[in-house]
Amino acid sequence: MSILHTVNKSPLDRTTLKSCLNLAVKGASVLLIEDGVYGAVSGAESTQMVQDAMGDVAVYVLGPDLKARGVDESRLIDGVKVVDYDGFVDLTTDNDTVSAWV
Amino acid sequence: MKFGIQVNEGPYTHEASVTAINFIKSAVAKGHEVFRVFFYHDGVNNGTRYATPPQDDINIQQTWSDLAKEHNIDLVICVAAAQRRGLADDGEQERNKLDGNNIMDGFRISGLGQLIEAGIECDRLVVFGD
Repeated sequence: MSILHTVNKSPLDRTTLKSCLNLAVKGASVLLIEDGVYGAVSGAESTQMVQDAMGDVAVYVLGPDLKARGVDESRLIDGVKVVDYDGFVDLTTDNDTVSAWV
Repeated sequence: MKFGIQVNEGPYTHEASVTAINFIKSAVAKGHEVFRVFFYHDGVNNGTRYATPPQDDINIQQTWSDLAKEHNIDLVICVAAAQRRGLADDGEQERNKLDGNNIMDGFRISGLGQLIEAGIECDRLVVFGD
């Protein structure tokens, strides 16, 4: 069974991204939304943790929320995939269940 | 697919209401059904009709109401969370002898059973908020 995890808070603000990546099993997907998009940025404190997890889980980030914060896609960790709201909906249907780390 | 949505955060707090609205618009446009939105905790404030935000700002409560009307979405407010936060419909007004009510058109107040039912009835339950 595949799970889509959504994280909506910055890793500088909460530990939800850390908890999520610790518990997400191989084959899971993690979608970073709202302030959670800061978890997709390279050269940050959280970068290594996200890169280490990416061997087992796929990491996505919501493009409109990146844009709203002025974060250019060139600053993202290699391998993080940018999706729009249609992509968000597709991730919820492609996976069997959705878990929100709120 | 059939979607249930849960909103736990008030309007104009962070972004949950707008994220949920955008998600629903996309889901509906892709041919999915949104069966119900359940407003819990501070999320119940999405259903008050006396909000008057600046004209160049989004009116979140009105947007919910319009969205529900357009796509036949059941907007349900948790009764216990509503009572704590001063949100009332006709029934609550009468039951608690209040001098008025403030629920937005298109919303209704009910219990947690509605959330459980959405979890059972829907293919996916997607949660937004704090």
